[in-house]
Amino acid sequence: MTHTQKRIIVNNIVMMLSTLSAIIGIGFLFWILGVLILNGVDALSWNIFSQEGAPPGYEESGLKHALIGQLMIVGVATFFGVPLGILAGTYLSEYGQQSKLAETIRDISDIMMSAPSIVIGAFVYAVVVAPMGHFSGWAGSIALTIIMLPIILRTTDDMLQLVPSTLREAAFALGAPKYKVIMQVVYRGAKAGILTGILLGVARVAGETAPLLFTSFNDNFLNTNMNEPMASLTVTMFNYATSPYEDWQKLGWAAAFILSMFILGLNILGRLFLLKKRGK
Amino acid sequence: MSILLLVAWIFTVLLQNSMESITALGFDFVTETKWAPNLEKFGALPAIYGSVLSTFIAMVLAVPLAIGVAIFLSELAPAKLKSPVGVSIELLAAIPSVIYGMWGLFYFVPIIRDHVGGIGISMLTAGIVLSIMILPFMAAVTRDAMNTTPDILKESAYALGGTKWDVIKDIIIPYAKAGIIGSFILALGRAIGETMAVTFVMGNVHNISLDITAPATSIPVTLANEFNEADSGLYYSSLFELSLLLLIISFTIISIAKFYFLRRKRIA
Repeated sequence: MTHTQKRIIVNNIVMMLSTLSAIIGIGFLFWILGVLILNGVDALSWNIFSQEGAPPGYEESGLKHALIGQLMIVGVATFFGVPLGILAGTYLSEYGQQSKLAETIRDISDIMMSAPSIVIGAFVYAVVVAPMGHFSGWAGSIALTIIMLPIILRTTDDMLQLVPSTLREAAFALGAPKYKVIMQVVYRGAKAGILTGILLGVARVAGETAPLLFTSFNDNFLNTNMNEPMASLTVTMFNYATSPYEDWQKLGWAAAFILSMFILGLNILGRLFLLKKRGK
Repeated sequence: MSILLLVAWIFTVLLQNSMESITALGFDFVTETKWAPNLEKFGALPAIYGSVLSTFIAMVLAVPLAIGVAIFLSELAPAKLKSPVGVSIELLAAIPSVIYGMWGLFYFVPIIRDHVGGIGISMLTAGIVLSIMILPFMAAVTRDAMNTTPDILKESAYALGGTKWDVIKDIIIPYAKAGIIGSFILALGRAIGETMAVTFVMGNVHNISLDITAPATSIPVTLANEFNEADSGLYYSSLFELSLLLLIISFTIISIAKFYFLRRKRIA
């Protein structure tokens, strides 16, 4: 066998292996998605949205309590996390720039983005839940805010840096003070990017379960008081899925389906914004 | 700014809360193999062992698959397939881990039980579910790293008569090496701190066993299962020490990935 033939054979083997692993990997992923959609659609019914939690075996049970709890916890986290993140990102890009402090903050937030979320839960437990003496929706929101913050901070920072400095200089040349330049020129240029960052940040925390386990805890009934334990889709899903009752497991699948669709929707929306911007 | 203070605060609070167990148990905490809350005995070794082994299994399975998928996406796939498959892999990376865990519990545990042995809830299952969870992330980042290779380098290699594999092995992989390794370490950091995907399928049994089909535990699994049940001060503080340990481990791993392999490209 000549050297060339050998190389071609090796090449073909590797290409086959690579395609095979791509098929295996993608196959697994579509298997999960398929299972999710099949079970989720099967479990969906009007009751899911209109009824609260019920004991197993009870016809009229739903996820209303978890849906509302989830929206409130994530909503409050977004309410605090987004402005804080944008302000911090603005500081980094417009005021801190390449200084040592700004660079350290960037590195730390990059690391925080991948820090284990359950540890954040333990932290919030120690500083919020333990002094208050009980679990609460607030605690859950605080944990999610901490997780969301670095994501929004870094995307805002990146997006603001993409705004060409000639634009800033042009505005300065017209005599605009710095805050006006930032508000009216830089933010406008980076709007789509920042929006994408927010969407991705919300999508990320909406799927978090671990930090909620011991902060917002759970509640089987509708509760809109943030000062008390609150149900969330993710924790409810965990409890129902690990229960031995078939109808609870079914509710768990419904929760999984709703949550995934919500998160995928946010992700796709975020992508569309970026695409639209690039298209211009 | 505030985020620095926040990180420092997280560390101090965890440290403060784990002081009781650090003073009471000292270094025994990480060498003791018994975890028996009723006897006030707390050894973290089984949990540490479980974290390390399940992450190791996940990496062994996911690394070759991720490289395969990345090569397929960046070099092999026809243009028509590239973007839909690529986007769907990125979207799958966004699916919350609790859903991977749920899938693992209902669909994968029975397969392991029937075909490999044990009760299905095991170290092996946890490793496999973890590997599937980190696969999309790893594949996407590896593909991005491979795509940064300038076309002109690849074209010159093809012009010299290189096969696809020659180009991948001698041009693309050396060029993208730092990015690829960095993405693996980042995935490793994620896997070791992952809670929900493994809590479903691991079993929380504090036992060091060489049999990977036996139920086991890991640091995050222990935390998720026992945090709400801890009744004594020492129990609590041991759990806090566990989370401190986990935070330090993952901080170290992620920093290594960041500082050695994924140096941020500056926008000049």
